[in-house]
Amino acid sequence: MARDRASRRLAADLSLLAVAGAFALPLVWVLLSAVDPHAGLRVRVPDGVTLDNFDAILTPEITYTPLLNSLVLCGGATALTVACAALAAYPLSRFRSRLNRPFLLTVLFATSLPITAIMVPVYALFVRVDLIDTLQGTVFFFAASQLPFAIWLTKNFMDGVPRELEEAAWTDGASALQSLVRIVLPLMGPGLAVVTVFSFVMMWGNFFVPFMLLLSPDRMPASVSINDFFGNRGMVAYGQLAAFSVIYSTPVILLYVLVARRLGGGFALGGAVKG
Amino acid sequence: MRARRRAARFLPLTPAVVLLLLFLAGPIAYCVYIAFTDLQLTGQAHSSFVGLANFRRAFRDDAFLNAVWLTLVFTVLSSLVGQNTLGLALAALMKRASKPVRTFTGGVVITAWVLPEVVAGFLLYAFFRREGTLNAVLGWLHLPRQNWLFTLPVLAVSFANVWRGTAFSMLVYSAALDGIPAEITEAAEVDGAGGWRRMWHITLPMIRRSIGTNLMLNTLQTLSVFGLIWVMTRGGPGDRSQTLPLFMYEQAFQNSMIGYGTAVALLLLLVGSLFSAVYLRLLRTEV
Repeated sequence: MARDRASRRLAADLSLLAVAGAFALPLVWVLLSAVDPHAGLRVRVPDGVTLDNFDAILTPEITYTPLLNSLVLCGGATALTVACAALAAYPLSRFRSRLNRPFLLTVLFATSLPITAIMVPVYALFVRVDLIDTLQGTVFFFAASQLPFAIWLTKNFMDGVPRELEEAAWTDGASALQSLVRIVLPLMGPGLAVVTVFSFVMMWGNFFVPFMLLLSPDRMPASVSINDFFGNRGMVAYGQLAAFSVIYSTPVILLYVLVARRLGGGFALGGAVKG
Repeated sequence: MRARRRAARFLPLTPAVVLLLLFLAGPIAYCVYIAFTDLQLTGQAHSSFVGLANFRRAFRDDAFLNAVWLTLVFTVLSSLVGQNTLGLALAALMKRASKPVRTFTGGVVITAWVLPEVVAGFLLYAFFRREGTLNAVLGWLHLPRQNWLFTLPVLAVSFANVWRGTAFSMLVYSAALDGIPAEITEAAEVDGAGGWRRMWHITLPMIRRSIGTNLMLNTLQTLSVFGLIWVMTRGGPGDRSQTLPLFMYEQAFQNSMIGYGTAVALLLLLVGSLFSAVYLRLLRTEV
C-alpha cells in the first residue's frame, strides 16, 4: 500500500514537471534573452551576460514615461474603484432592503460582461463628449469596468467583519461613515488589499482600453507603448524587447506574491471569484 | 421621516451607481442605439437610422461568418478543451504530488496568468515563430517542424490562450477538490474503485457546480481576448485568426464603419450576456 502510494506520487510529480517544463519555456526565453547580447527567438544559453539591453531601454522615452503613465492611470483608477466599492459595499452588507438582492445580481451580471465588446461604442461616445484621449476619461472608464467585481468582492469581505463593534460605536453617536472608516475598513485590511491589488493588476495588464481611448503617444501606458516598440524595433532587438517585458511585468508579479502570501497560498483569488 | 432616514442609509451607494450608469450602462445603451445606424468614423454630418441593415449585412458577409467560425474554434479549443481539462488535471495531480513539485508547478502556471496580456503575446509569438523555441524542441525530438503562425494560426493563438488562462481553472478546481471530504475518497478506495472510476463517479459529480462556474467564466474571458491575438498575428495571415473582437475592430477603424462594427459588438455582447445569465443561475443559491 505504501509502495503503491509512493509510485503514484512519483507519477504525479513527473507529469506535473512535464507540464511545468512546457509552461516554463516562454518564461525562460524572456529571462535569458534579457541578458543575452545576441538574443534570438529561441531559448538558448547566452554566450555572455550583459546589461546592455537594459541600458538601451532605460530612457525616459521608452521606459520611464510609459511606466509613469501606467502608474498614474492604473493607480488613479484603482483608488477610485476601491473608494466607490468600499462606500457601496457598506450599506449592502449592513442594512437590509428589498433592493439589495436585485442590485447585487445586476452587479454580478456586469462582472462577467465582455468589456471588449463595448469598446467601439465607448470610443464613439467619448469622441462625442470630448473625453477621447484624456486621462480622466480613461480613468473613469477603467474604474467603472472594474467596479462590479470590486463591489462584489468588497461586500463579501465586509460580511466577514462582525457587527458588534460597530453597534457599540453607533450607540456612542458615530455616523455610518465614521464607523466604516474607523472600524470596518481597518478590520478588513487583507480583504481591501486583495481588492486593490486585483484591480490594479487587471488594469496594469490591460491593452485594449488605453489602446482605444488614448491617442497621443506621450500619454500611452506601458501596455500600449510596448506594442509600438515591438512593431518598430522589437522585430530586430529581441534582447531589448525581453528586457522591457521583464521590467514591465515585475511590479504585478511582486504584487501578486505579496497578496498570495498574506492570504495563505495562491488560492485566494480563485476562491474569491468562485463566489 | 423614518423612510427618509432609511433612504439616507443607502446614500454611500451614489458614487458607485453614478459611475456605473455613466460609464458602463451608458455605453451599452449607446451600443444598442448605434448598432441600428450607419455611423461612420469620418466625413459624415449625421448618421441615420437603418433598422436591421447592419445585422442583415453581417449574416451575408463571409468575413463575419469566418470570424464567427474562428471564435467558435478558438473558444472550444482553448477554453472548453484546453484550460478546463488541463486545469482540472493539474489540480488533481497536485493533490498527489510532493510539495516542492506542487509549489514549483503552481508558481510557473500562475506566473503565465499574472503576466500582462501583451507580454504574454510576445513570449508566445517568439515561441511559435519559425526560428522559435517550439521548432527547436521539435527538431531536437526529430519531429516535423512548421511555421506555426502561418500554417496553423488559430491553433497557435488557442495554445497561447491555454498557456495564459489555465491557472484560473487550476485555482478553481484546487479549491473545489479540497472541499471534498477525505472519508468519501477513502471509502471508494477501500471499495476498490480505481483512479479513473473514482474521478468519473465521485469527484466529477461532487464538483459539478465548480465545473459549471469555471466553464462560464473561461468562456467569457476567451470571448473577449483581443490583445493576445493582436500581438501574435494581428488576426492574420489574411483573416485566418480573426476572431470577432478583431473583426469588430477592423470594421470600425480600418474600414471606418462604426455602425457595422457596433452591430457585431452587440451580437458579441448578447452572447456574453447569455453566458453571464447562465453563470448567475448556477450561483443562484449563493447570493
